[in-house]
Amino acid sequence: MEFFKIRRDIPFMRHALAFNVISLLTFLLAVGFLALRGLNFSIEFTGGTVLEVSYEHPVDIEPIRNTLGQKGYHDFSVQNFGSSRDILIRMPLKPGQESAALSRAVIEALTAQDRSANLKRVEFVGPQVGRELAENGALALLITSLGIVIYLAFRFEWKFGVAAVIANLHDVVIILGFFAFFQWEFSLPVLAAILAVLGYSVNESVVVADRIRENFRKMRKASVTQIIDNAITRTMSRTIITHGSTQMAVLAMLLFGGAALHYFAVALTIGILFGIYSSVLVMAPLVRWLGVRREDMVKPAQDRKQEAVV
Amino acid sequence: MNRYPLWTYVLVALAVVLGLLYTLPNFFGEAPAVQVSSAKATLKVDSAVLARVEETLKKSGIQPTGLFQDAGSIKVRLADTDTQLKAKDLINQGLNPDPQNPSYTVALNLLSSSPAWLTAIHALPMYLGLDLRGGVHFLLQVDMKAALTKRLDALTGDIRSQLRDKSIRHAGIARESSGVVIRFRDAETRAKARKQIEDQLPDLQLADSGDGTELRLTGTIKPEAQKRTQEFALKQNIQTLHNRINELGVAEPIIQQQGADRVVVQLPGVQDTAKAKEILGRTATLEIRMVDEDNMNAAALAAAAQGQVPFGSEYYVERNGQPLLVKKQVVLTGERLTDAQPGFDNQTQEPAVHLTLDAAGARIFRDVTRESVGKRMAILLFEKGKGEVVTAPVIRSEIGGGRVQISGRMTTVEANDTALLLRAGSLAAPMEIVEERTVGPSLGAENIKKGFDSTIYGFAAISAFMIVYYAVFGMFSVVALSSNLLFLLALLSLLQATLTLPGIAAIALTLGMAIDANVLINERIREELRAGSTPQAAIHAGYERAFGTIIDSNITSLIAGLALLIFGSGPVRGFAVVHVLGIFTSIFSSVVVSRSIANLTYGSRRKLERVSIGNTAWK
Repeated sequence: MEFFKIRRDIPFMRHALAFNVISLLTFLLAVGFLALRGLNFSIEFTGGTVLEVSYEHPVDIEPIRNTLGQKGYHDFSVQNFGSSRDILIRMPLKPGQESAALSRAVIEALTAQDRSANLKRVEFVGPQVGRELAENGALALLITSLGIVIYLAFRFEWKFGVAAVIANLHDVVIILGFFAFFQWEFSLPVLAAILAVLGYSVNESVVVADRIRENFRKMRKASVTQIIDNAITRTMSRTIITHGSTQMAVLAMLLFGGAALHYFAVALTIGILFGIYSSVLVMAPLVRWLGVRREDMVKPAQDRKQEAVV
Repeated sequence: MNRYPLWTYVLVALAVVLGLLYTLPNFFGEAPAVQVSSAKATLKVDSAVLARVEETLKKSGIQPTGLFQDAGSIKVRLADTDTQLKAKDLINQGLNPDPQNPSYTVALNLLSSSPAWLTAIHALPMYLGLDLRGGVHFLLQVDMKAALTKRLDALTGDIRSQLRDKSIRHAGIARESSGVVIRFRDAETRAKARKQIEDQLPDLQLADSGDGTELRLTGTIKPEAQKRTQEFALKQNIQTLHNRINELGVAEPIIQQQGADRVVVQLPGVQDTAKAKEILGRTATLEIRMVDEDNMNAAALAAAAQGQVPFGSEYYVERNGQPLLVKKQVVLTGERLTDAQPGFDNQTQEPAVHLTLDAAGARIFRDVTRESVGKRMAILLFEKGKGEVVTAPVIRSEIGGGRVQISGRMTTVEANDTALLLRAGSLAAPMEIVEERTVGPSLGAENIKKGFDSTIYGFAAISAFMIVYYAVFGMFSVVALSSNLLFLLALLSLLQATLTLPGIAAIALTLGMAIDANVLINERIREELRAGSTPQAAIHAGYERAFGTIIDSNITSLIAGLALLIFGSGPVRGFAVVHVLGIFTSIFSSVVVSRSIANLTYGSRRKLERVSIGNTAWK
């Protein structure tokens, strides 16, 4: 079986400008959503209380909302969690509010309304912890990006490092844009997914960069554009199959992982799909804009040993 | 060309066997068990207790399926939950004749039912996190007022010794509810005292009041010092909880600050809330007091045993049964203790406990010992409001420098225990549990099932695709992927890293990402074949040339994984641990394992016409 029987190089670079415009537009849209709507941070970041309550039969959200409203709570949210019998109640942080008392009061109100209400889980996060988590998350993102630039600069050339990180950070911003647009809950596992996908997508850029370097050695007469086109075309089959396989695993998570893993899998899906596009079609034109030359890649006095490439 | 030396095959075979061995315990599941541990800090769970448990069960005709003794506890494995409950009650009655004052904690637990030989080689099931196995969670509130009171007590003592050191005469020092009041007879002395206290104790805010010969100096703790004291109290309490829970053998607890004056404690897998409370409730505090030598005669002791304790003293019984009268006045509290280590006496080689005191503690200790050579001092440990004399040594000489050694009449084990208690026993302020919650085992089981399903279906889909797309080489890849899963599970079991739901997600994701290496190799082989290489050369080139790229791509993943590991907490950490381990196992399995199989299958054929790697016929 073979999906990719491509005999001639696809002229990706002819459309480089178009790709860059598309990227820029999606990027700006994502930034716009982030600025206008902001992220719907989970209580891990904001602090607050989450209660997971399960019932023996499907329940309506509205009466529960009313009951809690009558008890004098504000700004809380009630939604189904995984199934129609489970609900998740989120309560904002209130100064002076005891978490223990809060969860007890809420579950009392709910059992008074429906005897089968059963408190499955309570989570309470104070503001201090939340701030720390947000800071550490941002720091992890920064360190990962820096680490990748340094590694790629050391492995290839700074132009590739910068291009790869811009391309993949552009993915990160787009994932965040999706979360802002749909107001999906941004929790710690989502953050982990984003960083994992960042490390993973950079692979694509590595493979393409490797091939570009190889082509600079092999195709002595070819122009930079031809070299890049050839590199992308030759690695395309591998890129799509690899991402497809990873997406299969993520899809299984999306289908069978339940509510707890839902947004984790969603973030991965967006990351993988955009990763295919950006790590190849954003990174390669960027490298060209940055002005990569044969001399950057093939140092005359250096040893000519064959680099491992695909 | 495509042959590995024998040792490589042996290595792979060995890795697979070890992988199987250490993954095995996960398939045995867990059996109900009863766990017996000491409820008192000074009481050891030893083989005598084991014998008692065994006898108790035998008398009632309960046949345990396993009886183990490990550091600090006895575990009895039982056939089913009914027997478990029955056995728990029986053992509880047998070991704790007085339910008001139990000597042992008897709790329900789960125990791996893997055979003993597996446990003996340290093959244990994976350690499941709170979200998978259920468990208890506590929110503890630190009593900050008590922390301040304690600090004020300590400062009062400091003032007293400061004034004595400088021979400043005062007419009395009293600690009142909000501060320390020092009375003076003349203004000059007061000014002198004020200067001295301001210099030495900058935490105190001083105010003059009174007139004539009734001059007063009132010291209160400055707001910033109050804040510092509270922060310190919280930190020390967290540390103490850590020590207590760690050294009492609850594996991988989570102890975190929450808000300004709270501590969260999560004890995964602990089914019994009461037992967990018991562990946390061991809020031992340490006090050093003088033995009331004046009344240490037979008559007074006999009277004290009847309840007629001399004024200003308290009646205690030492661990060896000796009665003792101890003064109520506290010389030192555990706060002044910075460290306690077991060791040996330099001269006699007897087991000893070495204590280190802070500066103020050292000064007090020097003064007290100078005045009381030949007398006895008692080290008391307060647990749950009840005091116990740990040891009551005789002071042989003045002890300066803050380094104290307690020795004599101690075994090595006792020295260890005493040191542990002294070290872990000092809570800066009392705590109470304000929230407790249980993550139900049903929710945990649900999460395990969901995570397991995701992994299996993802694995199946990838396998099916690889075999269809790459034929025999696809099969090699699937075997490599299976071995990757095996190694990952074995490593997680071996390292006893906490597996959480995000961790299971990381396993699924690792499988999806690991296949990348095999895709790289297979694509490269195809390409070589297309370019006209012989099959053997193509296989060789495919593996050799893909290797660099595989390393590259895994290194970038590793950078992200390590960043998550370093900065992540909670769910992110659980994810990162598995992710990072998975990167290592996938390099090994996709490169070495899959090549071993390819070499074994094709390497020995001299005239290999074609390899099965899907369609490569087009040009």
